[in-house]
Amino acid sequence: MTGKRDDKDLTIHFMSYSEIAKEDSSGRIKKILGLILQNKIIILQGKLKVEEETRLIGDTMALIGNVKGFKGIEIATISDSDNWAMFERMKHNLAKILVGGDREAVTLIGPANLVKEIKRNPKRIELMLKRR
Amino acid sequence: MVIKIMKKFAKGIFFRLFSRREKIKLGFYGSPNVGKTSLANRITQDWLGEDLGTVSRIPHETREVQFKEKVVIEKNGKKIEFKLIDTPGIATKIDFEDFLKFGIKRKDAQIRAKEATQGIIEAIKWLDDMDAVIVILDSSLNPYSQVNITIVGNLVARKIPVLIVGNKIDLRKSDIKKLSAAFPEYDVVGISARTGKNMDEFYEYLFKLVKKIK
Repeated sequence: MTGKRDDKDLTIHFMSYSEIAKEDSSGRIKKILGLILQNKIIILQGKLKVEEETRLIGDTMALIGNVKGFKGIEIATISDSDNWAMFERMKHNLAKILVGGDREAVTLIGPANLVKEIKRNPKRIELMLKRR
Repeated sequence: MVIKIMKKFAKGIFFRLFSRREKIKLGFYGSPNVGKTSLANRITQDWLGEDLGTVSRIPHETREVQFKEKVVIEKNGKKIEFKLIDTPGIATKIDFEDFLKFGIKRKDAQIRAKEATQGIIEAIKWLDDMDAVIVILDSSLNPYSQVNITIVGNLVARKIPVLIVGNKIDLRKSDIKKLSAAFPEYDVVGISARTGKNMDEFYEYLFKLVKKIK
């Protein structure tokens, strides 16, 4: 059964890393921004590479002012490896090289017109929505 | 007496010949309103007697990359020449309506927002050209913002040495220990660009940062 999507509906898109693993960096950013422009909040298994995060910020800035009502994004990543000691991180990085992507991380990305703030501290992320 | 004068003269020449002067492109990065331009101005006032840019409590005051060349800083007999590169604050969102509460007119706010987005794109492009970067954080705010982590991560990936500066230590809510805990693998120094507090320690860390440039 499908219903007509109301603009007031909130959609959370759970994205496993495999959904974007085969894309190149441009493809990943395009896919993510495509969902954001549909006013969806993304919960991504894993995290983008730092270069991809920077590219995401740059592309977001290019869209602001060119897409009506688009004000940017809120983004935060949390990963167990943030709290690991150096040796553990080295072991983990080796494993990442072999299998690709830090799949133990979680990244939240939401459109700024929906998401007021994403608060991050080392162990948790809190997402605050704007009152509608 | 003559020997004393000759000795002093020879010492002066020795220092001018052998105290290394390097030209370092030093970038200032961080979120909007953390004090990047304030710190750059503090440095240029200390060593040139002039400001690099304008500051304001309204976010995104700096909307273009700004430069100051031939800033020679001296510490413990060593001189280093810097080209200071002050960048627009990096953000993931910009809403022109946020500027209205500062008394800016709607049309001007929209222009400011547009310029701010272009400034951020430019700041990102300049990352590649830096020899070393100072990442400035507001020490009274949560240091774990994704922007801070992304900026530092990018610099590490490019093998650009980083110094974390916690600004605004004059504020009651300032917590430098929280910054150090957030970035345990980096040197962190707390300062107040507004009052000039702890700038001596900042210059010590700056010279230490330059040694890491490959």
